[in-house]
Amino acid sequence: MDFTFTPEQEELREQARAFLADHPEASWSELAELGWTGVSIAEDQGGAGLTFIEEAVIFEELGRAAHHGPYFSTIALTLPALPDDLRAEVAAGEASWTLALGPLVSDLDTAERVAIIGGDGIYELEGAQRDILDTTDESRPLGVLRGGEPGRRLADSGVLEEIRRRALVALALESCGVARRALEYAIEYAGQREQFGKRIGIYQAISHPLADAFTKAELSRSLSLWAAWCVSVDDEQAPVAAAAAKAYACEAAVAVCETSIQVHGGIGFTWEHVLHRLYKRALWNDSFLASGTQLRAEIAGALLDGQVPEAQQAPVSVTQGG
Amino acid sequence: MDLRDTPEEAAFRAELRAWLEENLPGSLRGHRGGAARFDEPEMRAWSRALYDAGYAGLTWPKEYGGGSAPYTHQAIFLEEIARAEAPPHIGVIGLGMAGPTIMAHGSEAQKQRHLAPILSAEEIWCQGFSEPGAGSDLAGVRTTARLDGDHFVVDGQKVWSSFAHIADWCILVTRSDPESSRHAGLTYLIVDMHAPGVEVRPLRQITGEAEFNEIFFTGVEVPAENVLGEIGEGWQVAMTTLLHERGTLGFALQAALEVQIRKLVALAQDRGADALQRDRIAHEWSELQALRFTNARSLSQLVKTGIPGPEGSIAKLVWSEANQRVTKLALELLGPDAPLADGNAPYGGYWQYQQLRSRGNTIEAGTSEILRNIVAERVLGLPKSR
Repeated sequence: MDFTFTPEQEELREQARAFLADHPEASWSELAELGWTGVSIAEDQGGAGLTFIEEAVIFEELGRAAHHGPYFSTIALTLPALPDDLRAEVAAGEASWTLALGPLVSDLDTAERVAIIGGDGIYELEGAQRDILDTTDESRPLGVLRGGEPGRRLADSGVLEEIRRRALVALALESCGVARRALEYAIEYAGQREQFGKRIGIYQAISHPLADAFTKAELSRSLSLWAAWCVSVDDEQAPVAAAAAKAYACEAAVAVCETSIQVHGGIGFTWEHVLHRLYKRALWNDSFLASGTQLRAEIAGALLDGQVPEAQQAPVSVTQGG
Repeated sequence: MDLRDTPEEAAFRAELRAWLEENLPGSLRGHRGGAARFDEPEMRAWSRALYDAGYAGLTWPKEYGGGSAPYTHQAIFLEEIARAEAPPHIGVIGLGMAGPTIMAHGSEAQKQRHLAPILSAEEIWCQGFSEPGAGSDLAGVRTTARLDGDHFVVDGQKVWSSFAHIADWCILVTRSDPESSRHAGLTYLIVDMHAPGVEVRPLRQITGEAEFNEIFFTGVEVPAENVLGEIGEGWQVAMTTLLHERGTLGFALQAALEVQIRKLVALAQDRGADALQRDRIAHEWSELQALRFTNARSLSQLVKTGIPGPEGSIAKLVWSEANQRVTKLALELLGPDAPLADGNAPYGGYWQYQQLRSRGNTIEAGTSEILRNIVAERVLGLPKSR
């Protein structure tokens, strides 16, 4: 068992964190130049031929930066449905995509092309009108599509299961990045701000909620990385792992942001401070695709009515006696 | 990153699982009732069997009778004994606390004398740290050790000591300098529990049984060579013990919680659960996975760099609160049968006992409040409150 990143993966994280700190508004073509859009695309299609683990690193960092762009919608939602030639365009930064999973479509303001689900297939939608809607998280607007015609058939709809798992885990990872950043702001503030003659981090009314926030953030990260690994190797636990990660990490990020806002006091409630942007991203991620309640209902179904595969094939004891 | 067992780890796990299948006495299976609930000769025999099979002290050096095995083997061992619902080795304090402290601070003579009998369960240890006036604030200890020629004379009272009623030895934190206060002037002693002047009284707890004890020391003579570390340096030695108490425990706690949640799922299948209860069961299952992979992350970091990751410090905090929620949820699932106990209750009163016992989880081995202080100050780097 090895639950560490390779030096190359660590390097990718450092690069991503530094780049996004300097270029918060980085464009799709800039991300492509860094090689991020082709991470898991095969080398002969112009990609790096890596895995969902490397994409996981990028999702976490994009979440941390509350990045505005079509990476989530292209890489998590649409990529598995794209044929080779269109993947090559994504790797080259020539195209970005989104997939209409419902009436409200993510990243419709920035994604260049749109895929839709029709019957047993996924198709490109051509000639549709886009209405971009106001959203509380301005960095990730939703939009609606009007009209248009189905064009090229991209994939069989059987790929939707994989898409859903990738999307759930990507949102979980983004929320891990959001939570970590919100926590860092709170730790920094609690170590500097003085009230009643002392730095407020001394008071356990401040430090204990922050310890709990750290705990939630770390538990979220463990779940999300486990789920990412399950997706990367198509482990049989991938469906429940993805559901658990999305439910837990997205709710945790909301709670961690709330703790951070509370620790900041009035400053945390202002438009000027960056915290509200992280908070709004956390709320967006929590509500998109499926709520924690819906996902836990799925998990409970698997646990109580179905079968959750055991990682190590442990014998299941049904004895109740103490 | 590969979260599967390596072929070598899988082989170790398979061999251990087969061994447990073969060797775990039926009477001990499912016996997780704590220190007060077992039959001592049977538990000693079980511990001896673990030792003979090479499963005691897996990570201890070979020269002291251990297995010199990687930490991953210890993690697999703890997972598997919990899944088989096998009781742990009786030398919980010796293996987890006294032994590692002796290895870190002991003289060669102390290592040669004490380590092997811990593994073979020939000698059982208890811990003399907490006192009526020194609980979370260990630096307040008042039990005195007065040097008199070639021995110390120990007087005082210790409390919350598991296994003291059957222990042969005690790791004891004393105040050797009467003029000192707080962290200075403490001395860490190895005390023979059979020495004249040692008296053990059981402490009856919320469950009705007596897992813990009080220990009274009245003019107990302890040879000077039984100091662990240096005279006056007892605080540093005690910190090593507590590091091990909290550090090596994660996998055992996770595995114990896994058993609880498996039983909770079986209970819900047996008795039914409504939508809200199902939601909570799914949440507890998720948090168990989160705890499991947090331990795995911490362990991987430890194996790779020799230093456990900061995420490891939350295992006990998370487990204790999860175990309290899970056992209460089980009582809720029992509905009108929840107030019944022991033989009159469904499943032999398992959940009623577990629920009451779980109340101690957030207090023993570091209260949740102290653990939050540790996370806040040492992991997050917030200003110190004390």
